[in-house]
Amino acid sequence: MWIWFHKLGSPPHFYRTAGRLVPWFGIPALLLLIAGAVGGLAIAPPDYQQGDGFRIIYVHVPSAYIAMFGYVAMAVAAAVGLIWRMKLAFAFAAACAPVGAAFTFLALATGSIWGKPMWGVWWDWDGRMTSVLVLFFLYVGVMALRSAFDDASKGDRAAALLAIVGVVNIPIIKFSVDWWNTLHQPATIAKFSTPSITMDMLVWLLAMVVGYTLFFAAVVTMRLRGEVLLRERGARWIRELAAHA
Amino acid sequence: MREFLLMDGYWAYVWSAWGLTLAVFVGLVFSARRHHRQAFRQAVAEEQAPRPLRAAVKELS
Repeated sequence: MWIWFHKLGSPPHFYRTAGRLVPWFGIPALLLLIAGAVGGLAIAPPDYQQGDGFRIIYVHVPSAYIAMFGYVAMAVAAAVGLIWRMKLAFAFAAACAPVGAAFTFLALATGSIWGKPMWGVWWDWDGRMTSVLVLFFLYVGVMALRSAFDDASKGDRAAALLAIVGVVNIPIIKFSVDWWNTLHQPATIAKFSTPSITMDMLVWLLAMVVGYTLFFAAVVTMRLRGEVLLRERGARWIRELAAHA
Repeated sequence: MREFLLMDGYWAYVWSAWGLTLAVFVGLVFSARRHHRQAFRQAVAEEQAPRPLRAAVKELS
């Protein structure tokens, strides 16, 4: 097991392994997303208060979950990169940022679209919405800071610091609905033993959450391969790879 | 079918949220593929460039 991990730290080995992993993430993701979409849009019963308007939950909740999950993954990788000076960890953090930003944008946009018919407003500066907007700015800030340096390794370290500091926003997002009186509803599936959503609705939501997670893994792995190529320019294995192209 | 598409009167909200999601998913896949392809092309261009030019290509990118 340790040998496998050690080998994975080697960029050429990682590049090849990551290439093989993409379909293993991507195909189950596609199947789960199709099942979740069919179930969420056509099979799950309408909500007793929101009618079919509640079906936005199947794209909004998984987006918000991945927005936070992606940020934590990016911050952990950034910390690993800073502590152990692992180039691959910085590459992983760099690959996570644009994907996480896209999911945060989706969480904000779908939440806003859902908010209009249910609350009567597109936006409100309440704790949950504002803290998710801050998360989006953090992602953008991490990307901007990385590209602001001519020296890529300095950019990586600066972006890693910002990513780590920004983690403080994650518990704020999570508990904002408990700490402040917000328009946003409290957690729907905070506890699996007592979710405030029935099983015939929940099962499709879980399919979407797992599908989103695998999709995130597939896209980040694809971007990570590009990051490895960019960061390893000039290395012998890259020259050999390019020579065979 | 018409009932399904109308979504209880919420069709504009439900379909725009799902449509936007689909667009972002497709965009993410294409952007990741392009990112990898560009990095690969850059590596090939550097390899094929005459040796003194390699440093310049690397600097320009």
